[in-house]
Formats: sequence, C-alpha cells, structure tokens
Amino acid sequence: MSVNAIGEYRAKPRDLQANFNGMQMLYVHWEKHLIFCSPFAFLVAPAMTFAAFVEQLLSDAIKAHPDSARVDFNEAVWTLNGERFVPDYAASLEANGIDHKSMLRLNTPGLNGVQGSCS
Amino acid sequence: MTMQKKKLGLKDKYRYLTRDMAWEPTYQKKADIFPHEDFEGIKITDWDKWEDPFRLTMDAYWKYQAEKEKKLYAIFDAFAQNNGHQNISDARYVNALKLFLTGVSPLEYGAFQGFSRAGRQFSGAGARVACQMQAIDELRHVQTQIHAMSHYNKHFNGLHDFSHMHDRVWFLSVPKSFFDDARSAGPFEFLTAISFSFEYVLTNLLFVPFMSGAAYNGDMATVTFGFSAQSDEARHMTLGLEVIKFMLEQHEDNVPIIQRWIDKWFWRGYRLLSLVGMMMDYMLPNKVMSWAEAWEVYYEQNGGALFKDLERYGIRPPKYQEQANIGKQHITHQIWATFYQYSHATNFHTWIPSEDEQQWLAEKYPDTFDKYYRPRFDHWQEQHANGQRFYNSILPQLCQVCQVPALFTEPDDPTQLSHRQIVHEGERYHFCSDGCCDIFQNEPEKYIQAWLPVHQIYQGNCGGGDVQTVVEKYYHLKNGQDNLEYVGSPEYLRWLAWKKLATPQAPAGTGDRRDAA
Repeated sequence: MSVNAIGEYRAKPRDLQANFNGMQMLYVHWEKHLIFCSPFAFLVAPAMTFAAFVEQLLSDAIKAHPDSARVDFNEAVWTLNGERFVPDYAASLEANGIDHKSMLRLNTPGLNGVQGSCS
Repeated sequence: MTMQKKKLGLKDKYRYLTRDMAWEPTYQKKADIFPHEDFEGIKITDWDKWEDPFRLTMDAYWKYQAEKEKKLYAIFDAFAQNNGHQNISDARYVNALKLFLTGVSPLEYGAFQGFSRAGRQFSGAGARVACQMQAIDELRHVQTQIHAMSHYNKHFNGLHDFSHMHDRVWFLSVPKSFFDDARSAGPFEFLTAISFSFEYVLTNLLFVPFMSGAAYNGDMATVTFGFSAQSDEARHMTLGLEVIKFMLEQHEDNVPIIQRWIDKWFWRGYRLLSLVGMMMDYMLPNKVMSWAEAWEVYYEQNGGALFKDLERYGIRPPKYQEQANIGKQHITHQIWATFYQYSHATNFHTWIPSEDEQQWLAEKYPDTFDKYYRPRFDHWQEQHANGQRFYNSILPQLCQVCQVPALFTEPDDPTQLSHRQIVHEGERYHFCSDGCCDIFQNEPEKYIQAWLPVHQIYQGNCGGGDVQTVVEKYYHLKNGQDNLEYVGSPEYLRWLAWKKLATPQAPAGTGDRRDAA
C-alpha cells in the first residue's frame, strides 16, 4: 500500500547512507544481555576492518557487563540481517557484506547474563 | 403589539448557535470548500445523522469554563503561597511532572491544532462545531498545565524550555511523532486516532495515573488541573465514540478503513503509553496502582466491553492486543531500565527503586519482576555503590515507527529481544514489533521520512558529535543538574535541606537515603 494523500505524494528516505558523511550505521545486539536495553547504534566507516570494529568499538561498548571479560570472539555465533554469518576479521565491514543500517546479532554460548537472567 | 419572547428555549438556542450558523454554498462547489473530506475513502451519505456529542453552545461553554478557571487559579495561588512544592511526598515525584510537561502538554497544543484543522475540513456543521469546541478545550488544557507546573519550575530542574525540548530531546520524539503522524493524516483518521483510539479507548491510562498520582503524592496544583479538565475529557470521549459510530453507520465501505486505523492507533497508543506505565511503576513515590492493574481495568475490561459493542458493525478488537496484554507484565521495567542507562540525555533523573519499592514491584509482577528485572537493578545498585553508576555510552537503535528504542522483548519469550527488519526500496528499516512493522508497510512513504534522533545526531544535525554537546547545546539541558542519577543531584540535596528545616526530628541521612522524605 502507499500513503493516502490529497495529491501525488513522493518522499525521500531521511537516513540514506549519503547523509552520514561517508560513514554508515551498524546495529549490534548482544543476545541474552538485556542490561544493554536495545541494540547499539554505531556510526562506522565502511572501510574499517571487522577486527578493528570488534576491538575498538564493540568491546568498549560492552565492557560494563561482567560477562564481557569472558567473551571469546572465536567462539561467538553471529547473524547478519537475520542470516548466519561468519565474519572475516581481516576484511572491511563493506567486504564482509555489512551494508548501511545492517543488524548484527552476537551470541556468546555459555554466557547468559547477570545471574543467568539474560540481563 | 405582541411581545416577542425574550428568551429562546434551550433547544432553539442550541440550533441557532450551532448548526443553524452553517449555510449551503451557492457560488462555490462544496468539494472546493472542503477539499480534505473525500481522499481517505470514508463515505458520508448524510451529515444530518451526526449526533452532536457536546450539546453545548459557546455562551454556556464560556460561562462554565470561566467558573472552573476561577477556582483553578485560586488554588494555584494558594499552592504557591503555601510553598506547596515542599509538601509533596518526595522530590522524586517531580520527575513525573517533567515527563508530563515535556511529553504530554505539547500534545495538548498539537490536539488544539489538529481539531482546529478537522473542524475546518468537515462539511457537516455538527462535526465542525464539536471539533471547534474540543480545539478550545485543548488550548485551555495546555495553558492550565503550564500554569499548574510553573511553580515547580522555580524550585526544580528540567522543567524550563519544555517546548524546545519536546521538539529535540530524543525520547520526546516518541510523543511528538505520534501526534505528527495523526495530524498529517486526513481529518477522519485524525479523529479515529485522537478522539477514538486515544481519548476514548486509552485516555484513562493517561489521565488517571497522572492525576491520581498527583493526588497520592500531595501535588494539589496538578490534581486540581485534573479535576478542572475532567468534564472536558468526558466530552472528548463522547465525541470519540460518536465519530466512530457515525462513520461506521454511514457506509459499509468505511468498515475496513476504520479497522485498519483502529489497529494502527491502538498499537501506536500502546507504545506511547509505555512511558506512562513507567511513570506509574517507577516514578511515583506513593504508587496508585500498577501498570498491569491499570491495563486490566481500563483496557482489558473497559476496552473489551467497547469492542464487544462495536462487533455489530463488523469491527473486531485491535490486532496484536494479545501482545499488549502479555506486555503489561514487562514493558514498564524495560522502559525504566532504558531511561536509567540513558539518563545522561534526559531532562529528568532516574534511580534504582528502594527495597520497599522493589518488594511492591515483586508483588504486583509476581511472574516477571524477580525473575527477569530484579537482577538488573541489583547489579546496577552494586555498581553504583562501587562508584560506577551505569550509563550506556552508545546510542540505541530506534524503531522506525514508534521511535522508542528497540527495547521490548518477544511476547512469547522475555529473554529475547523483539526486533523486525525489512528492506523497502533498497533501504533497511528496523522495528520493535510486528505492530510497528505493519504500520510502516501500510504507508512506507510516511515513515521513511521519520526524524530519528539517533540518526540525526550521527548525521551531525544536532549541534555536535558527542552526547554531552548535544545535551547542552541542542537540548538546552544543564549537564549534572537537569540530567543523570537522582541520588546526589542538586535537586536531591536541596530537598534534603528543605526537609531538614521542616522536620528537624528526622534529619537527612537516616534510613534509606533515597527515601529521605
């Protein structure tokens, strides 16, 4: 369907990648760690390597959680936009197929949040 | 000479002063005068079937309202002269007023604008008069709310510049975008959204909590405003029911259109009210009732009876109401946890509920609070005690439709985040729920333009790249004064000082510091 309007109605998305000054949006949700209330919204450079993203941005974002010290990224299970995803840590986000406004889910088997409550 | 009757009968007076003031155009086409009446697809065959819900003429309206105003402002004056703000239950209560003044009062103004427009666009004189009356009511409400709360602005932080904040502060885009969505729809959808779904179906979940909350917490100014608005609200509810029945009775083709609007505006209203639920369960020092209890009474029971009544028109209860019924056990805890961690960017303070309060929450939410949410608060309390009060330094992902951070969990699994995403014309979009995703898919052109605060900050449109600059320069909040944790805030310290003067037998520092009152 489309919007019901008094005349022809055209609209442009407000959040096109072009509006982010060469950067892009990337969302990450750490499953079973709902102390972080919603997925993180990161502003990232598409050329950044996945390794740099994890080391510089993601690790810092989750460091307040007591489970964060026990995260083994080699064991982590990822999904990218709903599909199973095996990252190439040396490659850029772009080369990993992580496009603008992509959503990553991080699952860390064995880690179930504060007191196992998924918090 | 025969004497003319001096006074008109009530019925005649009503007719002369309302519908009789309309006329049939002779040199312009009706469609040109009322250009917004047809495009939504609602078919009206006979405007004369419209039953005027208010039965009030302007002269009587002014008289009633003037009497109410006189009483209302006398109480405001008395409240100010007696330093009424020092008699509230606890300074934490004022945070509920900050939420109300920045989140709700500007919506009253939006309602004034919306009803003014709807009143201009209907060709039926009865509907025009009703919308005009409600527009004036809404304008009165925004004014009296501002006046009720202005006294608090002299003594507490975060109440200044409320309309500026409404347009800019991240979480206030939730109420703002709700109303902008309604106001940018056609006049019939606007009335379905605001008069019916909001005023009729959900209003008790907004007004009862805030006004009873004020009464329970010693806030005479706000509670008096509530009483003064009550008779207006009753009229607004009557209009909400009249408009929906009128549209449904006019033509059967209207039924599916109205059903889709009911589905949409129920879900939008439900998401918006999660802020009110948080206020009830977490911000009121003296609780009125829990959000879950309020939802059961005002939606499940009252709403259930209403939709039973509408069944004969072919209307079913709103889609996803079952998800809302499940959500009543969860959403307030999830929302408070969100504001707790993003308190550095809000105009009100947050805190960990006291042990007594957590006990109350556990009793009211026996299946969810201890199991899912207490561990979160325990952990944060411990961190705070160690000098590491938790703030989330990364901005949250927002739902493209309701603009609430994507913080809700799956209806069938409270340990799993509820998240939906779709690609529309090559762009990715993210949602908190099926309800919001459906709304997007019905009218994508509308929501692809959403002004999402998080994306706007990252695009560089909010005065700076880091949160503190945005908060100070763009939101006009004073860092360390208007925002952050309640315990230790200037407001908290001031409250302790006041109470020490007022009650020397109970000096500050005894017992739970958060419950110093």
